Amino acid sequence: MAVDTAGRSPWFELRNITKVYGQGAAEVRALDGVSFIIQPGEFVAVMGSSGSGKSTCMNIVGCLDTPTGGEYLFHNVDVGKLDRDQRALLRRHYIGFVFQGFNLLARTSAQENVELPLVYRRVPARERGERARAALASVGLAGREKHTPAELSGGQQQRVAIARALVTEPSLLLADEPTGNLDSARSIEIMELLARLNETRGITIVMVTHEADMAEFAKRVLIFRDGRILDDRQQAGRR
Amino acid sequence: MLLGTLWMALNEIRRNTMRSFLTMLGIIIGVGSVIALVTIGDGTTASVKDSISSLGDNLLMVRPGASRRGPTRSQGTPFEVNDADAIARDIDGAAAVAPSGSKQMLAVYGNQNWSTSVTGTTTDYFVARGFEIEQGRLMNAADVKSGRPVCVLGATVAKELFGTGQAVDESIRLGKLSCRVIGVLESKGSGSMGMDNDDTIILPLKTFQQRIAGSRDVSMIYVSVAADRSTAAVKQQIEALLRERRRIAPGAEDDFNVRDVAEIIEMVSSTTAMLTALLAAIAGVSLLVGGIGIMNIMLVSVTERTREIGIRLAIGARGRDVLLQFLIEAMVLSTLGGLIGVGLGVLGGWAATNAMQLPLVVSPPIIALSFAFSAFIGVLFGFLPARKAANLDPIDALRHE
Repeated sequence: MAVDTAGRSPWFELRNITKVYGQGAAEVRALDGVSFIIQPGEFVAVMGSSGSGKSTCMNIVGCLDTPTGGEYLFHNVDVGKLDRDQRALLRRHYIGFVFQGFNLLARTSAQENVELPLVYRRVPARERGERARAALASVGLAGREKHTPAELSGGQQQRVAIARALVTEPSLLLADEPTGNLDSARSIEIMELLARLNETRGITIVMVTHEADMAEFAKRVLIFRDGRILDDRQQAGRR
Repeated sequence: MLLGTLWMALNEIRRNTMRSFLTMLGIIIGVGSVIALVTIGDGTTASVKDSISSLGDNLLMVRPGASRRGPTRSQGTPFEVNDADAIARDIDGAAAVAPSGSKQMLAVYGNQNWSTSVTGTTTDYFVARGFEIEQGRLMNAADVKSGRPVCVLGATVAKELFGTGQAVDESIRLGKLSCRVIGVLESKGSGSMGMDNDDTIILPLKTFQQRIAGSRDVSMIYVSVAADRSTAAVKQQIEALLRERRRIAPGAEDDFNVRDVAEIIEMVSSTTAMLTALLAAIAGVSLLVGGIGIMNIMLVSVTERTREIGIRLAIGARGRDVLLQFLIEAMVLSTLGGLIGVGLGVLGGWAATNAMQLPLVVSPPIIALSFAFSAFIGVLFGFLPARKAANLDPIDALRHE
């Protein structure tokens, strides 16, 4: 097991991950030997053109998919050896997702959307309500609890989605092109929100993006090409 | 968790009111028709029982011929007046004994005529059948003894022959016999099965035998059992007496039968019960079709909500959580449909029995059964769509447009 300079074991370690779709002549190597470690508190931007393998890699990091080869150690657990339900439990307890298309439940209030992950965690109703309200307030949406997604702007919907991801206090927040559907002003607001959450609350964030402006907010950039990591660099992180 | 899922299911139904209603429609119609049909069937049975009991629930009918049904049924020798006298004399549980003969005949008055059942009998007949006089008088012992050409009309016959006019003391013609009307009976109302108790003419047995039938045969003996005696015991005594009088060897079959009204009621109700069961089975099939309707809509719903399922799976729902959610949704739909169906069924049964003037008999076991069955159908037909939802791949489901 890799141990970093501070003596902590990494939370997320990918070792020589491969992912192959199809067989024989139709074989596609989406990931071809990817290794990296994500430490607690990092804010990583994952970049690359479409087909570079970055989304496939994120699905594996998010325990939505399993690698064909290599090992993915999640808190020292080899995710590749877990079944569907066990991976669902990992997601339930350790991972929050933010998607490009927001993916909120339609005709369901912001409050209920944020409560949803807590429902699956068997949190009692009263505590659920309190935590959901707090999460919404932390993304600047206090007072909008009763609004349905259709009654909110894109930026606000994405904030609800971030609140939903945060409400469980996850070890890892995975954001898949969180600003892809937003205009530049809204995008910057969302990125500032993510950067602040990373800074003040120490939330580990891995974000997929193809916009260099957005990647500037991260402290580390991973660039994918043809299923491999092309570049892995630390940066200051715009505030 | 279960309560939360239930709440989610109710919300989902509320959000899609129209679709949910259409989904439930099959179950509503199924449960509703089962309950309405059973209610109508039970009402009919109750009404038939009622009208048969109006014959008098302590009435025995003694007829020649074996009770065994089928093509080989024997005619049996007719009774004689002596047999009736013997019953009246020897069996003290017999309160009234009326030997009778009857024939379907045309009654003529002026230019009016009416085909009716003409019964020759004794004064006990009115007691046994519970007929009361409306106008004039009943036959008396003297009429019967000397075989006078007098008759008593049932209310229907009086109305058909005389309209609103006076019937008493007029003369009507029955075949070659001209007889004087001495009374009109109080209406007993019509029984069901088209049996009209008032469509009858009653005259002295002797008159009937001599002037109409031309024989001394008695085709039926009505026996009214005293109120404090057991009908079954009196029935047995009559059977024993008649076997002796008709010299039937021990072990041989009776060549006559004694029918108890209770027995007839049982026969009729078993027939209507069979019919009701048949109708209920047909309605049950429609309940099944309703279940298939639920499955259909749930399958569509799973496809439509693929993205939602993807979100839930990504957020941490396991396959079984999603399975439970859709299963509960199907069950809530079907039980809600069942509940509405029960309401409409009872309402429909009430309306129908009201319109047909039948008593309203609501059967709680049938309601409970069809309600439980509708819930069961929800689980049965909800399972396939729920499993489909649970087995979705979260990545594909999230990409679904």
